[in-house]
Amino acid sequence: MDQAIIIEKSVIIIAVFALTMLMAMYSTLAERKIAAWLQDRIGPNRAGKGGILQPLADGLKLFAKEEFFPNTPNKFLFIVGPGISMATALMTSAVIPWGDRLHLFGRDIILQATDIDVAILYVFGVLSVGVYGIMIGGWASNNKFSLMSAMRASSQMISYEVAMGLSIIALIMMTGTLSLREIAAGQSGMNWNVFYQPVGFLIFLVCSFAETNRTPFDLAECEAELIGGYHTEYSSMKMGFYLFAEYASMFISSTILAVLYFGAYNYPGMDWVENNWGINIANILGIIALFIKLCGFIFFYMWVRWTVPRFRYDQLMRLGWKMLIPLSIANIIITGLVILLAD
Amino acid sequence: MITTLFYILSAFTLATAFLTIFSKNPIHSAIYLVLCFFSIAGHYLMFNAQFLAIVHIIVYSGAIMILMLFTIMLMNLNKEDEKNKTLWSRLAAVISFCLVALVLLAAFIKAQQTGYTYEVSGEDYQSIKVLGQVLLNDYMVPFEFASVLLLVSMIGAVLLSKKEHINN
Repeated sequence: MDQAIIIEKSVIIIAVFALTMLMAMYSTLAERKIAAWLQDRIGPNRAGKGGILQPLADGLKLFAKEEFFPNTPNKFLFIVGPGISMATALMTSAVIPWGDRLHLFGRDIILQATDIDVAILYVFGVLSVGVYGIMIGGWASNNKFSLMSAMRASSQMISYEVAMGLSIIALIMMTGTLSLREIAAGQSGMNWNVFYQPVGFLIFLVCSFAETNRTPFDLAECEAELIGGYHTEYSSMKMGFYLFAEYASMFISSTILAVLYFGAYNYPGMDWVENNWGINIANILGIIALFIKLCGFIFFYMWVRWTVPRFRYDQLMRLGWKMLIPLSIANIIITGLVILLAD
Repeated sequence: MITTLFYILSAFTLATAFLTIFSKNPIHSAIYLVLCFFSIAGHYLMFNAQFLAIVHIIVYSGAIMILMLFTIMLMNLNKEDEKNKTLWSRLAAVISFCLVALVLLAAFIKAQQTGYTYEVSGEDYQSIKVLGQVLLNDYMVPFEFASVLLLVSMIGAVLLSKKEHINN
């Protein structure tokens, strides 16, 4: 294989990995700051200027904590659990197009780790595997509250995966491709999919809240009923992995929302910039545009967390099975009719 | 390189399949089965069938095995609670296994090798457009039958799990 390609892809992979980690780290600080802002407090401001070093301090604390093992016959699975959560949270970023392409060193560099034909399905596959992290961890803890919480989390994720998959089918019917890169390229100008698929976008948004186990769907961490949730028995960095994985998957799902529905790296006037200032500047601005969009979604996640109270379990299931799934099927039928009539 | 990869993958598949059967703990069995499904998806990838591989992971590892794990975790499968099976049920199990083995053996003996070497044909077998056309043109009737079958089984499951109303 061409050596340049290997170097190029490695650089992209490492950059994306570092970025995901950085974003996840600072999401924890942002969450606390936004919570404080919404509740009229100041929030963490001791470590560094305005609390900027708080995530590092938190990480150090987690590293320095005692490594506690519960009395479980499945030590190996107990350790594997958070690992699976973290790995699946990071794997999704492989198919995300961060930008169109850069022209450096006399060659075109595509700003995507890998461009597979079935990128959307890949995302769903990784998502569905992510349930194992919670399930195995909760079971191996040998604690009935952990097990209950793992059951809740995974049944919730399975239920909402169905609605999520159905909501994306309408989008695929419209764009005619499963490749995220082509979907992103098809939204150039202001042709964002959210204008054509508003219902699909809403369903996808609600489901991604459920998939990342965020409020109002964080029943798995319902303190009043289940102590700390599936990570009750975890301490030290294994606990940190679970928490970190949640923020990493929040970052990734924000990115996917931005790529699928909010025009990915496209911004108004991209063609003009490309013609006048060159392809590199146009695409660097595109990456910045994508980041602004996904930061907006991360903010939205946090905003909802401090606005909407937690659902009850039966409400959660009713919303998933009796409202979102019929709605997304109706959305598919209407999209199909419109496509047929437009032909 | 592809050949070595194939052997490594096959060894992994077989090993996890055996471990599925031989592990004492049902949860461990289920997890080995998940690993086995993953390596089968790896085999599909070696055929360059990306769509099939991903769908295999979504359906088998992501849905079916999770539900299996669910049931296993909720059941109390301790050694003490395990009932002793009667002689008749053991005998029935042995006979039905032998019958299945007979069918499989017959199928394998009759089976003929269709391809001897792998060739790169350059044709597009895996894009969803081709797949959809083949499914809805050449295999329309089986496709519809399968969907009806799935629908019927789904309705059946809902009916079975529904609480019966007590009429007094």
